Amino acid sequence: MEHHHKETFVSKYIFSTDHKMIGKQFLVTGMIMGIIGVMMSMLFRLELAYPEQSFPILEFFLGKWAPDGVMDPNIYLALVTIHGTIMVFFVLTAGLSGTFSNLLIPLQIGARDMASGFMNALSYWFFFLSSVIMVASLFVESGPAAAGWTIYPPLSALPQAMPGSGAGMTLWLISMTFFIVSSLLGSLNYIVTVLNMRTKGMSMTRLPLTIWAFFVTAVLGVLSFPVLLSAALLLMFDRMMGTSFYLSDIFIGGEVLSYSGGSPVLFQHLFWFLGHPEVYIILLPALGISSEVIATNSRKPIFGYRAMVGSILAIAFLSFIVWGHHMFVTGMNPFLGSVFTFTTLLIAIPSAVKAFNYITTLWKGNIQYTPAMLFSIGLVSTFVTGGLTGVILGDSALDINVHDTYFVVAHFHIVMGLSAIFGMFAGVYHWFPKMYGRMMNKSMGYAHFWLTFITAYGVFFPMHFLGMAGLPRRYYSNTAFPMFDNLADINVLITYFAIVGGIAQLIFIFNFFYSIWRGPKAKQNPWRANSLEWTTPVEHIHGNWPGDVPVVHRWAYDYSKPGAEEDFVPQNVPLAEGEESGH
Amino acid sequence: MSAISIIVLVVLVVLTVVQVMRISEISSEIQKGKDNEVTEKDNDTQGTLMLLVGFGFIISVIVMYVAWGKHLLPTPASEHGAEIDSLWNLSMLIINIVFFIVQPILFYFAFKYRGKKGTKAVYYEHNNKLELFWTMVPAVALAVLIIWGLNVWSTLMMPENEEEPIIVELYAQQFNWTARYSGGDNTLGYATVHEIGGANIVGVDPADPASMDDVVTKVLHLPVGKPIKFQFRSQDVIHSAYFPHFRAQMNCVPGAITNFQFTPSITTAEIRQNKDVKSHVEEVNALRKAKGEDVWEFNYVLLCNKICGAAHYNMQLEIIVETEDEFNAWLKEQKTVAETL
Repeated sequence: MEHHHKETFVSKYIFSTDHKMIGKQFLVTGMIMGIIGVMMSMLFRLELAYPEQSFPILEFFLGKWAPDGVMDPNIYLALVTIHGTIMVFFVLTAGLSGTFSNLLIPLQIGARDMASGFMNALSYWFFFLSSVIMVASLFVESGPAAAGWTIYPPLSALPQAMPGSGAGMTLWLISMTFFIVSSLLGSLNYIVTVLNMRTKGMSMTRLPLTIWAFFVTAVLGVLSFPVLLSAALLLMFDRMMGTSFYLSDIFIGGEVLSYSGGSPVLFQHLFWFLGHPEVYIILLPALGISSEVIATNSRKPIFGYRAMVGSILAIAFLSFIVWGHHMFVTGMNPFLGSVFTFTTLLIAIPSAVKAFNYITTLWKGNIQYTPAMLFSIGLVSTFVTGGLTGVILGDSALDINVHDTYFVVAHFHIVMGLSAIFGMFAGVYHWFPKMYGRMMNKSMGYAHFWLTFITAYGVFFPMHFLGMAGLPRRYYSNTAFPMFDNLADINVLITYFAIVGGIAQLIFIFNFFYSIWRGPKAKQNPWRANSLEWTTPVEHIHGNWPGDVPVVHRWAYDYSKPGAEEDFVPQNVPLAEGEESGH
Repeated sequence: MSAISIIVLVVLVVLTVVQVMRISEISSEIQKGKDNEVTEKDNDTQGTLMLLVGFGFIISVIVMYVAWGKHLLPTPASEHGAEIDSLWNLSMLIINIVFFIVQPILFYFAFKYRGKKGTKAVYYEHNNKLELFWTMVPAVALAVLIIWGLNVWSTLMMPENEEEPIIVELYAQQFNWTARYSGGDNTLGYATVHEIGGANIVGVDPADPASMDDVVTKVLHLPVGKPIKFQFRSQDVIHSAYFPHFRAQMNCVPGAITNFQFTPSITTAEIRQNKDVKSHVEEVNALRKAKGEDVWEFNYVLLCNKICGAAHYNMQLEIIVETEDEFNAWLKEQKTVAETL
């Protein structure tokens, strides 16, 4: 293999097939999408705190959708829809898994690159195309998709039902189609690479937990995203070709439509067959990253490595048989509700094991507070807080009363949104030196964490109380029901936290871009970590290692091992005489 | 104008931060810059902050329970609602116990084991007994919740009726609700979207004799203590009939009929005398008075709880629970389908 061929600007920075560059491309694209998604949430939070009031800033951003600065209900729904879509798919799926799977899989398993560099580049460019189409859909005449990120038909199928179900929805579906193609190309590559390209000595039980998480995530993606693709294609047929997969007996706009025999609930089954594994496609990489960061910075082996791998596998398996808990009130057979309650609550067991193992890893550690470590501990906290309310929502009898209320919004934002974004931040702070050869500023990292952690809980924890007061989500305004009048103060408080939290992200963005060019030069192994990525030179080279690929002699968690001189022993260090290796 | 000032403000903020960065960069170079390595002082500060902010969070959760506990829904107004609420309370108790044990431990450990120079972490890779213990404890707790939960669920979904339930249809369309009572025969007449037109808003088939005594109304009256079997239909998109006070919810799906049955247990007149409801109403009315809005009187209400379009946030139906006699008298005054079509 020729690794030192000459690279032009285009082949190095744009159509690169180097996994490290592709990882960075995913990250920066994901960040840009993230900025759009977070800004949208600040706009609709403004509306929720001060419903139907006039703000010049709304007119500035929304133009004709906010005449005289008052937000239109249709654009409110569009904002929550696109916010959800962008955060779930573009930031926390592609931005998180795309970035770190690409960056870390070859580096941590000791491979020179992905199995197929070309497919990898293709995966990024499909993602890019999909992002461009999604952003373009914001500017169509009838407005972007607005039927909620779950795009349930018939609302999403009929342009008569809402303006967002016109051209905006068509572009949404096309964008997601490309997104799924990107995800599949990436996932297949990750799976093949992990299975076939591990260096000598890197058995599956010596893999860092990051790789286990990325690997299982890729398997979930390959098995579930095609189902979303088929759901989206059938929806396109219903919209464009007059088929009736999801539609039946509809009277709208003064006329009976010709659809007959379809079922809207079929779409929900297909959607959530992806939708639930998707939650873990988002969460598992974050858990993998935090496992690595917590072990490294506690200077201790991760507690219960095998249990951690086992719980990843258990969560992944269960995630395929719980989708119905999103549909307890659709009128499906009550027996199915019972089955889904049973399987859903089972997920709490491996999740609890993970949480306890994190905490035990901290016990008697020697914790080094890098910004990455702060975010990882934050992740454990949000994972516990949000996971616990899942015990309520997973129980069909209790779900009846809080289904689709703010209780749900609180639950999934904390357990999946915050945990995943904290994991992503932890990953960026931790592997920034690997990506750019420079260090991010520590103090700004600290400020970013504390502002984010406090405001994030400030935004989402009070929402539990809104939900328990019976307040439905996706309401443009709560003023139509006097029973909710006394909740207005809570909404104002939440909005304050949201705005401060949103602005606090500027610290991160500034720190990120500033450090790319001006940060202090990184050492080869700045966190004194064990995994193989820190044995590569600071300056990136195609092929990762200048000489031979390192050979692995031990697992990735020999921190503070008795008998060793330093408090870490990299994986490529041979066992000392008489040293025992449990792995 | 405001747009320009915002842009100027952002630019100024960015410039300020750049300057601050420059200063810190130069000063750290002067001090033979090592300022990006985590020092013992950092571990102390951040570890202490973990303790302070972490416990601050835990305390603020308690404060929220105290301050906002009054916002929770009042006592359930349906017979099954009490069962849901006891299961809810047990689940809440369990998750709160876990929360108030695990979070303090997490933040305490984060503080206690903050890094110190010269110390070494303990090499502790696994402990099967410990791991088995914290697999089994959640498993047992969840087994209890699952068994009880499934019990409640099956009584909700497959109620055993001692008396025949009254059949009422709730019909959803963008963006309002219509109720249809089945009349003396307790059978709803056949209805289809193809019959919609003019006064026939729910598409009743006039050719079906069962539909003649049906009553279509824009308010939902219910007799207390009688089981009501609701049948839900929608003519356009999915809606969801959400009765928070009765702990009931069911989607309305176009092309299908869904069901939910419950027995109202408290009349509107009675619930207005409930202490929690009274203080809620007082609080709301004080706020409304300050804004110059009408006085609000408590009513049960049906909300739409599935995104259905622009006016989703204002799709409601008033529910009045009354004695059986009052209900029958009210129903008698309404016009039947035979009279209106």
